[in-house]
Amino acid sequence: MTELRIAFTLNGKRREHRVAAHRTLLDVLRDDLGAVEVKEGCGEGVCGTCTVLLDGEPVSSCLVLAGRVDGREIVTLRGLSDGEALHPLQAAFVEHGAAQCGFCTPGMILTAYAFLRDNPQAGRAEIRRAIAGNLCRCTGYTKIVDAIAACAKRAAPRG
Amino acid sequence: MADGAAVTREALRVVGQRLPRHDARDKVRARTLYAADWQMPGMLHGAVLRSPYPSARIVRLDTAAAAALPGVAAVLTARDVPRNSLWTDVPGQTTTVGPLRARIQVLADERVRYQGEPVALVAAETREIAARALELFRVEYEEQPAVFDPEAALRADAPRVHDEGNLLARWQVQRGDVSAAFARADLVVEHTYRCGLVDHAYLEPEAGVAWVDADGVVVIRASTQVIEHFRDVADVLGLPHNKVRVIGPYVGGGFGGKEDVTVEVFLGLLASRTGRPVRMVWSRQESLLARPKRHPFVLHYRTGAMRDGTLVAQQVELLADSGAYAYLSALVLMYATVTAAGPYRTPAVAVDARVAYTNNPPTSAMRGFGAMQMVLGYESQIDQVARRLGLSPLEVRTANALRRGDRLPVGQELDNHVGVAEAARRAWTALGPARSPSTPHHRVGRGLACNLQPYGRIVWLHDWASAWVGVETDGSVVVRTGVPDVGGGQASSLCQIAAEVLGVDADRVSVHIADSALTPLAGTTTATRQLYMSGNAVLTAATELRTQIVRVAAQMLETPVDRVALRENGAVAASGRRVTLADVMKECARLGVPRSYLGSYHAPAGDPVDLERGGGRVFPDYTFGAHAVEVEVDAETGAVTVLRHVACHDVGTAINPQSVEGQIEGGAVMGLGYGVMEEIVVERGVNLSTSFAAYLIPTSLDVPDIEPLLVESGDGKGPFGARGIGEPPIGPPAAAVANAIEDAIGVRIAELPITPERVARALGLFGED
Repeated sequence: MTELRIAFTLNGKRREHRVAAHRTLLDVLRDDLGAVEVKEGCGEGVCGTCTVLLDGEPVSSCLVLAGRVDGREIVTLRGLSDGEALHPLQAAFVEHGAAQCGFCTPGMILTAYAFLRDNPQAGRAEIRRAIAGNLCRCTGYTKIVDAIAACAKRAAPRG
Repeated sequence: MADGAAVTREALRVVGQRLPRHDARDKVRARTLYAADWQMPGMLHGAVLRSPYPSARIVRLDTAAAAALPGVAAVLTARDVPRNSLWTDVPGQTTTVGPLRARIQVLADERVRYQGEPVALVAAETREIAARALELFRVEYEEQPAVFDPEAALRADAPRVHDEGNLLARWQVQRGDVSAAFARADLVVEHTYRCGLVDHAYLEPEAGVAWVDADGVVVIRASTQVIEHFRDVADVLGLPHNKVRVIGPYVGGGFGGKEDVTVEVFLGLLASRTGRPVRMVWSRQESLLARPKRHPFVLHYRTGAMRDGTLVAQQVELLADSGAYAYLSALVLMYATVTAAGPYRTPAVAVDARVAYTNNPPTSAMRGFGAMQMVLGYESQIDQVARRLGLSPLEVRTANALRRGDRLPVGQELDNHVGVAEAARRAWTALGPARSPSTPHHRVGRGLACNLQPYGRIVWLHDWASAWVGVETDGSVVVRTGVPDVGGGQASSLCQIAAEVLGVDADRVSVHIADSALTPLAGTTTATRQLYMSGNAVLTAATELRTQIVRVAAQMLETPVDRVALRENGAVAASGRRVTLADVMKECARLGVPRSYLGSYHAPAGDPVDLERGGGRVFPDYTFGAHAVEVEVDAETGAVTVLRHVACHDVGTAINPQSVEGQIEGGAVMGLGYGVMEEIVVERGVNLSTSFAAYLIPTSLDVPDIEPLLVESGDGKGPFGARGIGEPPIGPPAAAVANAIEDAIGVRIAELPITPERVARALGLFGED
């Protein structure tokens, strides 16, 4: 079994790791690095639950071979806020009741984060398009869209 | 404020507030440790070998190669299971079948009855080794005759799925003279409807970790709606019940799919055998393949009405597919039977409901539990009555709607507020002015559907729940109760109730839930019962505790007990004099006054009723609602877009309106998925929908914003007059959409899901069939 040596940044910290060539980023994050904030929903890139940011872009970590992240930067939900302070998106998810069972929430917030970074004034229809790759079975999406839209408004230019 | 008695609904401060849930901050930071996130030193990984055939005899099962693989710690087959049976008991069955005691084998013993049935277990050092070991089992199967259609299964010459025959259960209701009623009816509408096999599809697949504690107790921390399966696990392991403990972490969605045992028994077996911690996580494919799903039904409805729209007769024949095992099928069928006539006054009702074994994937509990499937039948029928008589859909429903004091066909009197007509009116009106079609080949239409859904368990199950409430000497509050929280805000609502009664802020309450060894038992998070049952238990415990505390506070404040209010984290006399709750609790400690109370709530109990003759009360109460939708149909392709969706329910009292809206919005969208998208396709017992690429559930682009409307009658049987709302919102959407489609394009779709193909076929776009 081929083993690779990889080095990458996880939530701002440099990690070096030996990994079998066939293993996915999701498995390495959860099983080897204890990053259990990344959840597995389907294992085939459909549900978006395992979303992480790879060089700033949301990807399904179940579809990324760990060997491909050498030299790159990975952010999980823990990378958005450290300690007690919440990222505005996290605060909005709390305020709007956008997390029910909470299992889709890590991937959903990361997708929303990358989307709002590039589209700070997005409206509801654009937000719905942006999160279409992240399934939620509890909320019916309305309160998730509410939470993201609230942050979009906050990000709107002043004056 | 005089405040010696219980808190009144009008004076509520915490209950009724849109408070963030206590678990929300953890969830948005991904700090919640779900079942699969749990790790232990020396942990093994478990996996299940499953049958590839829907019906076969196991001729040979050779485990030697799997067991010999380096890194494999244990291999188990049926022979290694101390008691290889889980049981389904259904008391009080009527008619020909008799009281049911149905067996589910833990691991297949000689015979497999559905594709995916567990045959053997393995535990290994890594997940990869466990997966490799599964490939090394040598199993020789001999395929057996099989049956895949419930109608065919009930023929005399059908292959028998179980030795007792394929009729699993039958319930009947007979009220009034149905044939006389049809004879005098001005209009008879008759139709057959079909609803399909769907999956819960929660985002968190089944998972858990088990270990044997120092004192020999088998501990299972698993994603479950029912921690009280510890008894079932103990029975299988041949252990006393008090030697198995189930801990229920926050669940990543349940919807009934984690009501039956999933991984718990397998984990208990593997941990006992190896003496090491074992984790088992099912893949999505495994979850879709083999876990029980929603019952498909064939519903034959015959409805009689007078010219003015008054319903006079409802005759319903139901046939459901249980798949290969009983699970909760008999009870699901009973919910269907009791609610089959819908939320309408109907003097003559006959229901004949059967459920049959087949070699399809098993079916069991799913949100709505038999009652939701009936909505397609009774709401399609009443819509056609309105259409044929030239009445408005709203008018015919409000005129026939059940009211307080009416009786259901089974004889149960509705002794509190019945909000059907009000919900229908509000939902329908909220749609406002009609939209115009977006192109000349699009058509816009509107549909309405009402429903009733029980909350709380069947009264002859003698349901109860208990809860412990205590106040610490710093004035912080602790609630302990065995409630699994599946994401509906079950635990958080309890914080609000305790905070209300004890006069503290909700964030001063900690709630410890779902540990069968350490929290007072509160029953299952199923049947829309937790707010009703454990909510009442917490209310009872907090109210009793309050009485203890207020006596001491009254002494400290030198005022009569009935002049003391608990509010803002303290006790306040009518004079305005105040002591902190912390000081009151310190005084309680000094005096030896108990600072906690273990309370319980018993639901109304009754004996099994003979449904057929109309025995009376079956459920504690019902939640009534109505959904109104506006759809656009592409007349060239059959594609249906739901433009608006208003969902109105009488929730009694909204303990947390935000959580209630969340239940309604999520339930409505799940109902839309059921109505227009979702379908587990099974061909000759082989499941073809075992991935999320094949089994499509609604994305954010498939559904509109749901517009929830809360009616608060204050007349429910839960705490502060609340009614249950977990299941009810999933009922109406499919029927509302079917009705809207007929309004738009003039054709009736009678089979779910309402795919573009079915609509196109109904429009004749494929030519004559």
